[in-house]
Amino acid sequence: MLNISKNLTDGKETITLEGRLDTVSSPEFEKELKGSLDGVSELVLDFEKLEYISSAGLRVLLVAQKMMADKGGMKVTHVNETITEIFEVTGFSDILTVE
Amino acid sequence: MKELKVKAIVASLPEVTAFIDAQLEEIACPVRAQMHIDLAIDELFANIANYAYAPGTGDAVVGYEYDEKERTVSVTFTDSGVPFDPMQNPDPDISLPAEERQIGGLGIMMVKKVMDDIVYRYENGKNILTIRKKL
Repeated sequence: MLNISKNLTDGKETITLEGRLDTVSSPEFEKELKGSLDGVSELVLDFEKLEYISSAGLRVLLVAQKMMADKGGMKVTHVNETITEIFEVTGFSDILTVE
Repeated sequence: MKELKVKAIVASLPEVTAFIDAQLEEIACPVRAQMHIDLAIDELFANIANYAYAPGTGDAVVGYEYDEKERTVSVTFTDSGVPFDPMQNPDPDISLPAEERQIGGLGIMMVKKVMDDIVYRYENGKNILTIRKKL
């Protein structure tokens, strides 16, 4: 289960994810993401209510990171212990801006 | 061992996860261990759903066992698809810059990290993959 909510203010898009970013839910997140980055100069992914992320979710994060690379960049916030561990194991902690 | 037989398709994943989670609740599995087990199920079942029978479809059986004495959970995936030993899969290079990153192989790498033991065998035309987690 994944709930996605979005808030765009002054070019800063905040996407809050709640639940699990897994094989089943990642395609939906990718679709939402691709449809919401027009005119966005900063992307914030709020993971406060996200339980875990599988490799399918990591793939979408990589897509988002690339899409935002030549715009204002992307950061991930409120990452829990399980997801921090996943970022470290996969080396994603080196390519993402995690706050 | 308790078993669940499902179609080996991604859409079966929630049913598989719910089946295992229900067993884990019965033994009051710590949340963190449950997250790890669910993550491993996501990666391994997705692999079976995407590759075992491609381009066709088939069934997969998911088994659950709990060794009370050892406090160890075992989950076994069985399919009759193409032989595939995930343990032989090379780990991807995780030091590359974002533009060159590959996702293939990351899932298996994560499973190796969060599980205590992974055993693969091919028997009577079946892939049998068992993962174990000590609680």
